[in-house]
Amino acid sequence: MEVAGAERVAASALIGVLALQGDFAAHRQVLETLGAAVREVRTPDDLDGLDGLVLPGGESTTMTLGIEREGLAEPLRAVHVAGTPILGTCAGLIMADREHLGLMDMVARRNAFGRQVHSFEADLELGLDGGPVRAAFIRAPWIAEHGPGVEILAAVDGHAIAAREGRVTVLSFHPEITGEHRLHARFLREVLDVQAARR
Amino acid sequence: MRDEATFRVKAGLAEMLKGGVIMDVVDAEQARIAEAAGACAVMALERVPSDIRRDGGVARMSDPEMIRGIQAAVTIPVMAKARIGHFAEARILEALEVDYIDESEVLTPADEANHIDKWPFKVPFVCGATNVGEALRRVGEGAAMIRSKGEAGTGDIVEAVRHLRTITGEIRRLSGLDEAELATAAKEHGAPLDLVRQTAREGRLPVVMFCAGGIATPADAALVMHLGAEGVFVGSGIFKSEDPETRAAAVVEATTHFQDWDRVLKASEGLGQAMTSIEARKLDPSQVLSDRGW
Repeated sequence: MEVAGAERVAASALIGVLALQGDFAAHRQVLETLGAAVREVRTPDDLDGLDGLVLPGGESTTMTLGIEREGLAEPLRAVHVAGTPILGTCAGLIMADREHLGLMDMVARRNAFGRQVHSFEADLELGLDGGPVRAAFIRAPWIAEHGPGVEILAAVDGHAIAAREGRVTVLSFHPEITGEHRLHARFLREVLDVQAARR
Repeated sequence: MRDEATFRVKAGLAEMLKGGVIMDVVDAEQARIAEAAGACAVMALERVPSDIRRDGGVARMSDPEMIRGIQAAVTIPVMAKARIGHFAEARILEALEVDYIDESEVLTPADEANHIDKWPFKVPFVCGATNVGEALRRVGEGAAMIRSKGEAGTGDIVEAVRHLRTITGEIRRLSGLDEAELATAAKEHGAPLDLVRQTAREGRLPVVMFCAGGIATPADAALVMHLGAEGVFVGSGIFKSEDPETRAAAVVEATTHFQDWDRVLKASEGLGQAMTSIEARKLDPSQVLSDRGW
């Protein structure tokens, strides 16, 4: 079981969760349940010594302005350049695109599925043990275009909504609010692999 | 297979608003200022609460054309208010595809016995509450987000503090009760037993709780965040102040950094005059908004 695997070993990992605004507490709860230590990130100093970084859901405009106010853009890019695994959900996917932090070679389309009345849940096949993922799409973005290095992991109605490039994984939806822990467990395993390789 | 507008995605949008500031705006220009200052959503309405107080008369849902103008001006979520119990106003706002409806005591109630049955709607609702019973009754009716009421349009934080402390204090007491006592507590609070049990078990309301009503300064925002609010609504406090742009950004900064007093200090400097305020306890009882709703 993937979750149990992560629980056993994640205790040595320190994960930063960007906490300027949004559902950072939900990510914190999932990561702590899986055994990781979590630090909320609001200033550049908070990025020191992280083994992994989560860009949570929230309002992408608010988050962008907060990153600007705190001078976090360059330090966040440096975390990426250093090879630290990064997981972004919803607004976090938008933060990762070329027009924001540029952590992934893709462009997000914001609120692509429409306003809140069109928000929805769906089952997604992501190749995880235990069957499909119950995914909540809330004013969700999709990936409108991407470069050749980006691997698309899943699509809804032909629109890419989960992707990976290098050590960055982005999701249009919110596993952190539907009790879905497997994607965070997979992220933590990657963090531990990177940690082990660095030793 | 898609399941649209489940309770989880309704309550989930409130999760995404957490740690943020929702600002009252009366036109597209104010909406743009709010968005540029870092608001996580705007509340579109024709008159901010302090003007509703001044003008008197019946306060209704805003003109849909004006709400449309605001929807066109910003990309952050747009909320709008319907009168308590006025499900027709709510259906109009839903057809307009606002992102959240505030069934609000700031408008003149349309039904003195019943709130809107919010379950059949695709659009989520936020409702005000002064205590845990009122909050859980609203959740029982389908509200996906709660805001403590405060006393809107006064710039006086005292009622917001009273309501927040009441709600969080009552939750702490519920958490110490056994099953038999919880059944009695549900009766006393006039709240659904299953929601009382869930609240006692989790030590929090079943949905996100923001604070509203009387927030005028960055310090007010930091205060209510420490008292258990998960974000704030600012009504008249921004655009009735001397320098709305600066104050709006400062309230956002203080809400994010509420645990860091040096940052709250920095956010509090050089803001100009706050809104013209009214001491809530000196209001004529007929002017009190927070006792509307039940």
